[in-house]
Amino acid sequence: MKKTDFVVRFAGEGGQGVVTSAEGFAQANAQVGYHVQTFSTFPSQIRGGPTWTQTRISNQPVLSSGDELDVLVAFNEYAYQAHRDEVSDTGVIVYNSEAFDLDPDGKSFGMRFDELARSTGNARAANMIVMGALAYLVNIDQKILEDFVTKRFTRGRPNDQQIIESNHVALGLGRAEAEKSGFSLGELADPIPPGIDQSLINGNQAIGLGALAAGLDVYVGYPISPATSLLVWLENNLTGPGKFVYQATSEIESITSIVGAGFAGKKAMTGTAGPGFSLMGEGLGLAWMAEIPLVVADIQRGGPSTGLPTKTEQSDLLTAMYPGHGDISLPIIAPGTVEECFYAAIHAFNWAERYQGPVVILSEHMLSERNQNIPKPDLGKLSVEERKTYKGTNGYHRYESWEVSPMPIPGSPGAYVANGSEHDGMGDTTHRPERHIQMTTRRFSKLDLLKDGSYESENTDAAVAVMPWGGSKGPTLGAWRQLAANGADIGWYYTMFLNPLPDGLVEELRDKDLVLVPELNFMGQFASHLRSLGVNAQAITQITGLPFKESFLLEAISQKLQEAGISQRETATA
Amino acid sequence: MTSKNPEYDFKWCPGCGDFGVRRALEAAIQRRVIETETPMENNVVVAGIGCSGNMVHMLESDEQPYGFHGIHGRSLPIAMGVKMANPDLNVVVVSGDGDFLSIGFEHIGPQAARNLNVTAVVMDNGVYGLTKGQSSPTTDLGMVTSSTPFGKIEDKMNPFQTYLTMGVSYIASAISSQVRPMTQMMADAMDHPGFSIVHVQSPCTEYNNTYDVLKGNPRKGIPGLAFDIPDDYDETDAESAFDMASGSGVPLGVIYKDTSRPTFDQRIEEISQKAPARSVSALLDGFSI
Repeated sequence: MKKTDFVVRFAGEGGQGVVTSAEGFAQANAQVGYHVQTFSTFPSQIRGGPTWTQTRISNQPVLSSGDELDVLVAFNEYAYQAHRDEVSDTGVIVYNSEAFDLDPDGKSFGMRFDELARSTGNARAANMIVMGALAYLVNIDQKILEDFVTKRFTRGRPNDQQIIESNHVALGLGRAEAEKSGFSLGELADPIPPGIDQSLINGNQAIGLGALAAGLDVYVGYPISPATSLLVWLENNLTGPGKFVYQATSEIESITSIVGAGFAGKKAMTGTAGPGFSLMGEGLGLAWMAEIPLVVADIQRGGPSTGLPTKTEQSDLLTAMYPGHGDISLPIIAPGTVEECFYAAIHAFNWAERYQGPVVILSEHMLSERNQNIPKPDLGKLSVEERKTYKGTNGYHRYESWEVSPMPIPGSPGAYVANGSEHDGMGDTTHRPERHIQMTTRRFSKLDLLKDGSYESENTDAAVAVMPWGGSKGPTLGAWRQLAANGADIGWYYTMFLNPLPDGLVEELRDKDLVLVPELNFMGQFASHLRSLGVNAQAITQITGLPFKESFLLEAISQKLQEAGISQRETATA
Repeated sequence: MTSKNPEYDFKWCPGCGDFGVRRALEAAIQRRVIETETPMENNVVVAGIGCSGNMVHMLESDEQPYGFHGIHGRSLPIAMGVKMANPDLNVVVVSGDGDFLSIGFEHIGPQAARNLNVTAVVMDNGVYGLTKGQSSPTTDLGMVTSSTPFGKIEDKMNPFQTYLTMGVSYIASAISSQVRPMTQMMADAMDHPGFSIVHVQSPCTEYNNTYDVLKGNPRKGIPGLAFDIPDDYDETDAESAFDMASGSGVPLGVIYKDTSRPTFDQRIEEISQKAPARSVSALLDGFSI
């Protein structure tokens, strides 16, 4: 039987070509119709330090970065030592024998990466040597990689042909080395090309692109991992008349300046991660209080404090919901896939304009760094909402009613005071109890406008369900499918609309005996939120700074079912 | 808005310097509306927190400018967002010595470097009034306040030296009791292409009554620190400006003015010419496999 799935991890030092090898291999295979996904992790330093990137290739949509490695490519000895235990029983390790050497172990073979590269006349072709070897190991047609190289290096420069040829030679040399080793992993099944156009994009690019599609006017941000790439991408791509994109001096300046831009009528956004989000708390409270539309993307990393800047975690949920003091509950959209990152941005702007307040896109490091093929969004089919602006004369009291009302824009009649202090209809400060009651009610009732989110549900009759959120969607879905295939009677629920939850979802969840919530934090934050809504939810947590593996979840879910004493027709085991 | 709105119950104390500042600001905005033939709603007043911040609710006229009463210390970045969203708006920040020079200090330098085209009116009373008399950056060294019961420990900040050092391109100094010259400075500052500050001595009658110290009181034998900047003073010369800022007494008038630097919105406009405009669909196509 042919393999349907291939997982390779490239591990070495930052700067050795780990990331370019992995992404190049993914792109080459995506071009011929395979589904691909990459996952990267690296230390918080400029160059060097242990880095690895994993590429998964499949003829089916890829849900996670893969549990076990078919191939480990070790650029140095540390990488070999650190990752060899994750190679499957039938897997192979390819190592750079210029960096270190091993006694034959029946599982590994060495190649002189750099020497082979130099022999082609192109010292930078080491990653092509590696790719050629990989192609042999899973019997991928050499032409796929050659075509990829030709496409990639046809850049209209005089030496294009020379570079293409040396890289083709490098692919051949790598292939020959792998052939000499005698190892083979069998044949990867032919791709089943998706019927619709695909885009290969990472999570932060997808958020940026979604924001542009939603009509983003103003983006102000401050560099912070893993949100920097969003700022950098928009600095290059938020262009045109009336647009403003800028690196501020702090996250405090970022949030307060987009509050000003939102007040002045623009679709405004900032992006940050945990520490920056904490600094934005007061500004977000101001936007909530003064009812200013804006969007904040919090690309979560490990916390608290500086925490794990380049690792993944889902531990900002509660702070995203309650970032400020006082009575406040921010709308949150948490994408679970790269594709959802694009649509989360569109929905976030629609929500912000509709309820006239701040909305959080809660993404994660694992999505920000993940390159994945997604169905190319059809821009013609997007629904983009615009602000309801006030068109009347002066003397308007914007906040007078108990519900959302048209917003005057400076430069047009209807002057009022946007106020972070409790205020009356005009926006003037007041301490009257009846006003605080009215305005607090008004602010919370606007959230009812945001219950239009969709959710996924399967096997809804089951008494027990799993419901992951964010980037834990993929591995949980993989585990759930295996459980269901093994006969376990367990339901599936998922939504990226975390606050407020879509109409009808909470009612369904309340009917369950147990809802299991896989999430990457210690406290079980989403499970805790669901319990506050009357759902019997229990978290399955992990705090390694890495995404869940399907095998871990399979076991953890099975164990929870047994602990809860809930009888299953046939409880599946890992 | 006080005259129209019984719900708004904030009051400045009798004799507060901020009353004079209000009259000057109302007059300067009115004048601008008439002279530039633009509607009142093209003006936005952004306030921080403190007695000064209530200015935004106190402006009394038939037509109101837009107001933003934000959070403590952040009036400058809010103003930046408003101005960069719509550079046609006239954006004025009203702030105090605590709001502007203590918690908001970090925002002055960056706006000076950008030459953000907004006007900041700083009401300096050398004390935190709204929280009832704590020390501020412009409180005198050694002064006893509620938070410095044995005297203030830090040196008094010289705001004019600070603004000059940071590169603020228009710096004027006024006193709240002299409304007419203050109005002229505010109007001039709003016309100035760049970041302008009108720093006003606006005494607090309750916690730091400096009227006599500033204006002098012959009956009590107090000479008075404030003096008018002489007519032959060259406000475009940075060296003279630093001497003026560093001398004794409180100079009144325009201390420094540099019209040679592009404004922030001009800089952004220039940069945007370099950035190729690409449609969303073209960007999306760039990710095609």
